Amino acid sequence: MTDSTFRTEMIEAREAPDQSRGVIGWFRANLFNGPINSIISIVVILLLARLVWPFLEWAVIDADWIGTTRDACTGEGACWVFISARFESIVYGFYPEAARWRVDIVFALLAILVAWLAIPKMPRKKWVALFTLIGFPIIAFVLLVGGMFGLQHVPTRAWGGLMLTLTIAVVGIVGSLPLGIILALGRRSKMPFVKGVCVIFIEFWRGVPLITVLFMASVMLPLFVPGNIDFDKLVRALIGIMFFWSAYMAEVIRSGLQAIGKGQNEAGQALGLGYWQRTGLIILPQALKMVIPGIVNTFIALFKDTSLVLIIGLFDMLAIIRAGLTDSNWLGFSTEGYVFAAAVYWVFCFSMSRYSQYIERRLNTGHKR
Amino acid sequence: MSEVTASPTTEPGSDRPMIEIDHLNKWYGNFHVLRDINLTVTKGERIVICGPSGSGKSTMIRCINHLEEHQQGSIVVNGVPMTNDVKRIEQIRRNVGMVFQHFNLFPHITVLENCCLSQIWVQKKPRAEAEKTAMEYLERVQIADQAQKYPGQLSGGQQQRVAIARALCMRPEVMLFDEPTSALDPEMIKEVLDVMIELAHEGMTMLCVTHEMGFAKTVADRVIFMDQGQIIEEAPPTEFFNNPRSERTQLFLSQILGH
Repeated sequence: MTDSTFRTEMIEAREAPDQSRGVIGWFRANLFNGPINSIISIVVILLLARLVWPFLEWAVIDADWIGTTRDACTGEGACWVFISARFESIVYGFYPEAARWRVDIVFALLAILVAWLAIPKMPRKKWVALFTLIGFPIIAFVLLVGGMFGLQHVPTRAWGGLMLTLTIAVVGIVGSLPLGIILALGRRSKMPFVKGVCVIFIEFWRGVPLITVLFMASVMLPLFVPGNIDFDKLVRALIGIMFFWSAYMAEVIRSGLQAIGKGQNEAGQALGLGYWQRTGLIILPQALKMVIPGIVNTFIALFKDTSLVLIIGLFDMLAIIRAGLTDSNWLGFSTEGYVFAAAVYWVFCFSMSRYSQYIERRLNTGHKR
Repeated sequence: MSEVTASPTTEPGSDRPMIEIDHLNKWYGNFHVLRDINLTVTKGERIVICGPSGSGKSTMIRCINHLEEHQQGSIVVNGVPMTNDVKRIEQIRRNVGMVFQHFNLFPHITVLENCCLSQIWVQKKPRAEAEKTAMEYLERVQIADQAQKYPGQLSGGQQQRVAIARALCMRPEVMLFDEPTSALDPEMIKEVLDVMIELAHEGMTMLCVTHEMGFAKTVADRVIFMDQGQIIEEAPPTEFFNNPRSERTQLFLSQILGH
């Protein structure tokens, strides 16, 4: 016998049951929810303590911070005096001391512009972005290179340290993104010539190691170019780095383009939008947003690989620190040097990573596809 | 170029057909998808196209705004003959609105911006004017209160109504509907059909690929039945539903109405 049932009153929505029972509850639920998990948790915690504590002892507690010479290094731990004594050269390389204020201005301007663009509430984003892409490079070039407006000329041979690392990274990032977008669009073009050129470009640059590219740029290129044309070594390296990374960038962006449904393009077509309008207003904003993790991943790889320029005799931050290690006054401080270099790279890369996650959350408009 | 700009739009009283399709043939590789399609649609006519899946009905209406390219035959829309010239195609598209099965709203911008985009970039209207027009049409499809939301926050029926408003914002002469209710839950089909019925009553020229036979009976001037890339039968709805002449049509109708 089956009775038909029916409901006369709807059930009111209730609050979800409370599942977080404070810190202890969290520990119990996540680390100690069974004998095996408890043992694993305890072992991991002990291991971490064994590893982290000695490092902290070395790097912070027993470390020497104050002083100017090697004599200050008395303790058991790290001697950061090595870094502070050489700090100027780590930042500026061989840039003439009298002209270092120019580097400071460029650094400060770059920091302000990046912050302005990164903080959502700041006004006039469009103009600031335009200035960053057009005005800032000119100002930075004039200030860093000099030789005009009464500024002393500083050849790129004298550039070095963090300043050189940032120059290479910023030029590489700013150059490889637009170039990558153009290559990605070109590779999907229906025009055989455009497509062919882009495919060959991407596959060539992606197929050779960056070290080879840098060697080619510094050693081989001058052999092919007539002797009276003097290409700056740094410029050659920058072009090589830009081309190399733009090929990677193109493939990252292409994967985003591929993920956009055909319907989006068709809707744009049906509304009468032209190719560049559809690309710029509909396809690219969605595709780029989708591949932010991939783009930032490429940026991070690019940033770290700037250290490879030391093999063609450019003294980036890592190369300057290495050079400092051979100073007879400071033999035996390589650990401090490398730990410091790693920390600086990490701070930059981790900031990029966090910012990309923030942007992803902010641009999320709640669509599934 | 002068040829393109000189092509006239409909003057009042002109009885020139809105759409003329003459001996249209299309192949996908070696597969003959559209075979000798002839169809003339006058201004204000409402046409419903039905048929089994794969019969070429979507492909046919997609040829009208050149989302699909045809190999033989001719299409003339509002006096402008279709060629492969991009300028010409874009001129035709400005007069032809289209609504898709899967809405195809732009998910990264708001409902309002979806409706303004082509007004601003294609018709070169100032933003304020474009927003005014957009709000007018959003009001008409009764979704103006959602204007600031993103498409992903709306239900399917709401999204499809926004898609209709977006197409109408361009003030098209013809509206193409490609299975506009096929991707919707049953509860939402009605709200979309109501908008389409209202549009039909206002005298919009409409071509609808749909399986909503109730809609066909209420608003269509002609029902077209397609199978295997060709037009099998073409008749006013009463005749089409009560006395279908071809056996294929009878079978199709018995299958979709017989449950």
